[in-house]
Amino acid sequence: MAKPVVALEKVIIRFAGDSGDGMQLTGDRFTHETASFGNDLSTLPDFPAEIRAPAGTLPGVSAFQLHFADHAIATPGDAADVLVAMNPAALRSNLHHVRRGGTLIVNKDEFTKRALEKVGYAADPLDDGSLESYNLNAVNLTTLTVEALKGFDITKKEAERAKNMFALGLLSWLYDRGTEGTKAFLRAKFGRKPEILAANIAAFEAGWAYGETTEDFAVQYEIAPAPLPEGTYRNITGNIALSYGLIAASQLSGLPLFLGSYPITPASDILHELSRHKQFGVRTLQLEDEIAGIGAALGAAYGGSLAVTTTSGPGIALKAETIGLAVATELPLVVVDVQRGGPSTGLPTKTEQADLLQAMYGRNGESPVPIVAPQSPSDCFHAAIEASRIALTYRTPVFLLSDGYLANGSEPWRIPEVAELPDLHVDFATEPNHVDEDGQPVFWPFKRDPETLARPWAIPGTPGLEHRIGGIEKADGSGAISYDPDNHDFMVRTRQAKVDRIADSIPPLAVDDPDGRARVLVLGWGSTHGPIAAACHIVRSEGGAVAQAHLRHLNPFPANTGEVLRGYERVLIPEMNLGQLWMLIRAKYLVDAVGYHQVRGLPFKATELADQIRELL
Amino acid sequence: MTIDLPTAPALSLVPKADAPQTAKDFKSDQEVRWCPGCGDYAILAAVQSFLPELGVRRENIVFVSGIGCSSRFPYYMNTYGMHSIHGRAPAIATGLSTSRPDLSVWVVTGDGDALSIGGNHFLHALRRNVNIKILLFNNRIYGLTKGQYSPTSEAGKITKSTPMGSIDYPFNPISVALGAEASFVARTIDSDRKHLVGVLRAAAAHEGTALVEIYQNCNIFNDGAWDPLKDAGIREDNLIRLEHGQPIRFGRDGQKGVARRDDGMLMVVDDVSECGGECLWVHDAHAAEPSTAFALSRLADFTTLEHTAIGVFRDVARPVYDQLLAQQLDRAAAAGPGDLAGLLRGRDTWTIG
Repeated sequence: MAKPVVALEKVIIRFAGDSGDGMQLTGDRFTHETASFGNDLSTLPDFPAEIRAPAGTLPGVSAFQLHFADHAIATPGDAADVLVAMNPAALRSNLHHVRRGGTLIVNKDEFTKRALEKVGYAADPLDDGSLESYNLNAVNLTTLTVEALKGFDITKKEAERAKNMFALGLLSWLYDRGTEGTKAFLRAKFGRKPEILAANIAAFEAGWAYGETTEDFAVQYEIAPAPLPEGTYRNITGNIALSYGLIAASQLSGLPLFLGSYPITPASDILHELSRHKQFGVRTLQLEDEIAGIGAALGAAYGGSLAVTTTSGPGIALKAETIGLAVATELPLVVVDVQRGGPSTGLPTKTEQADLLQAMYGRNGESPVPIVAPQSPSDCFHAAIEASRIALTYRTPVFLLSDGYLANGSEPWRIPEVAELPDLHVDFATEPNHVDEDGQPVFWPFKRDPETLARPWAIPGTPGLEHRIGGIEKADGSGAISYDPDNHDFMVRTRQAKVDRIADSIPPLAVDDPDGRARVLVLGWGSTHGPIAAACHIVRSEGGAVAQAHLRHLNPFPANTGEVLRGYERVLIPEMNLGQLWMLIRAKYLVDAVGYHQVRGLPFKATELADQIRELL
Repeated sequence: MTIDLPTAPALSLVPKADAPQTAKDFKSDQEVRWCPGCGDYAILAAVQSFLPELGVRRENIVFVSGIGCSSRFPYYMNTYGMHSIHGRAPAIATGLSTSRPDLSVWVVTGDGDALSIGGNHFLHALRRNVNIKILLFNNRIYGLTKGQYSPTSEAGKITKSTPMGSIDYPFNPISVALGAEASFVARTIDSDRKHLVGVLRAAAAHEGTALVEIYQNCNIFNDGAWDPLKDAGIREDNLIRLEHGQPIRFGRDGQKGVARRDDGMLMVVDDVSECGGECLWVHDAHAAEPSTAFALSRLADFTTLEHTAIGVFRDVARPVYDQLLAQQLDRAAAAGPGDLAGLLRGRDTWTIG
């Protein structure tokens, strides 16, 4: 007999287990089924930097949080409603992420004396009453999985490893997710190992059946699809969206895409993804170091490619000198920084937005570089196109500041029509653009477009336009080496003016203030958009008035930024750093903005931000 | 051996010039600003006189340099060029060459630029075998920063930064390049125009990365560094000229030579008549195995320069990075060009509305 079905508006599930337990895969599959079902969703993978820390230890725990709902949501959620804990370490390190009254689904088999001692449990939390305020479901996941796979020609160890599929099956039943997508996925993954494939599918189905029959789970839940705008959707992570944005920019500009890169967490997936798409003429080079990565990209830019380098904060430090060369030579170059916790190696797998000032100022000399920051995983697609547009139009390096949360987090994305995307067509210089003293036509590499101040892009192979560029200061116009004081002063100011002029081509800063009576503005940038939006939603639902504005362009700022800021009595700037945008805004606009800062390697919780907003109301 | 450069496979993708060119075509309008008497002038003149032989369009030639005296070179060439940052020219040239197979890409660097700050890029360009030609001007000193010791300076050298003598052990650039899996390695001397051009010709014809070390005199900070290889009357006993397929003989009357010992090591024979010339080692630049080339690079005494070999040490065919990359792109495109809409859509979508 079918169990009763309870309708929910939203659920936050957290999967946690050993690094080897396949929790990222389990979370990812559940996300795919949830996306296909039409819920809005947001995910947060939370894993250690170590590949496999010792089994059963706290540092080895890998988690994946998924928030899904029947309405539009902006964050992976604050406190989980459900925690799936595959061992004592996972329970111990993740319990504080679960709300009181939440559901715990725990793999009881792993709660042995030795495993408990390893993570500092003096008594078994499943028996000692310490979890009374939760809805505890201790399930023998390993035993049940091994039982279900008895007839298969696989080892006990292989059978045990399928326990994540059992858990996935159980959760899929509990929340009425589809099963076909996961089965298709398994078929693709294990197609060459029929026994393993059959075992995984059997474990998955056994988990589903267990939910249906056991008395431990009395009800099934239903979360209706969210009323999102019409369109065709897919689920996408920030790194994939960013990769697609670069491929799209290449197609839209008609220039071949060139990526010079060096592996670094959490940016490597962009290198991996782009290297799979050579049919678009994409060249990906994994160079010997970060410096060579950007060096090769700059060489390709000189040759007429849409050139990109991808890295994280430590790599930007190494690339700084070459970014300066790109500023001096005025060549288009997209520099992707997927920010992570710093300084130095810091927290490689955790998120932070503390590279803003490095992007702004981290070079010798006056070296202005435009900065674009995406605000959500799917927005990485459009931000990559925008960064490419600025680079190609203004002949400048451009920073694209993503972060670890955007890179690995995912959300549903309304797939755009290619025809909706901007035209990035570029005209290379083909003719002399000046007449010398003898009346001869000549090419001047630093004779600028009067509107954009961009210099002409003449690529090697163009007859008659042979010229030399380099890091030494060049004379305005002719591009000959120049040590002239007035020329240097002019060139420094002109490079700055060129970047400032980009403000003419970007949309004004928009404010979200539903009833128009807010006196407090929350200003953010980058991946804090979701938590800030959710916090504003909380405050507004209590009757509070608060406005939200989010900066996509951080250099230059939109032209109306000062005007917007001065329209509010209080301005709150939450950042996952110690106040970098806050400092820039205060310095530039003389606005007494208030900062709120966390550098915990995790996105803001909406409830915490809501507290900060309430204090200013 | 004569090489017909315009038909060399290394230049097969570079568009050919419509009309013969002269050295003058390759001189830019910029005033050359090296110190009077600098060895760089001779190299510049040799390169400008040699480039017309390539028979390719001037606009398809690019010189990329790093930082240092030698790295001003691109400004004086009426080709495309980039004067980049210290040590990074091989990386920049790698991006340019791999994305533009229709270009002839040359790197100009120095002993500090290539072997100190840019050591990593130098090694990896050689390992990858990118289709670039690297001209390494070695003057055993830092010139532009005014006289500090370089990674090729001899041990004990007194310079501004080593008033009590350098305690660094020097690199042998040829040995380094051979150890880095280079497919073409040669050495020549700034003042020997004929030899220099001969080596440039062989380098230009080589498919893949070619390293040409050029012994160059810095007459301000390290004058006479290579005199034992230049001064008539001494040089004959010091200089070993390598020629592919020829027994290695040197000395004033060709009385000296290089032979292989019973244990396989190379040795200098002071009087070849003792073995009637039979014992001499015949130089094979195309030997698959680099050990003998390496041994030849080790004959020299780095302080006295006795037994310094010049010429092409190694010139072997090895898959070229640019071509391998192009082949992968071609293979991917064979299944049809990329479909952007299809890419964005992926395989797992749902529709609302």
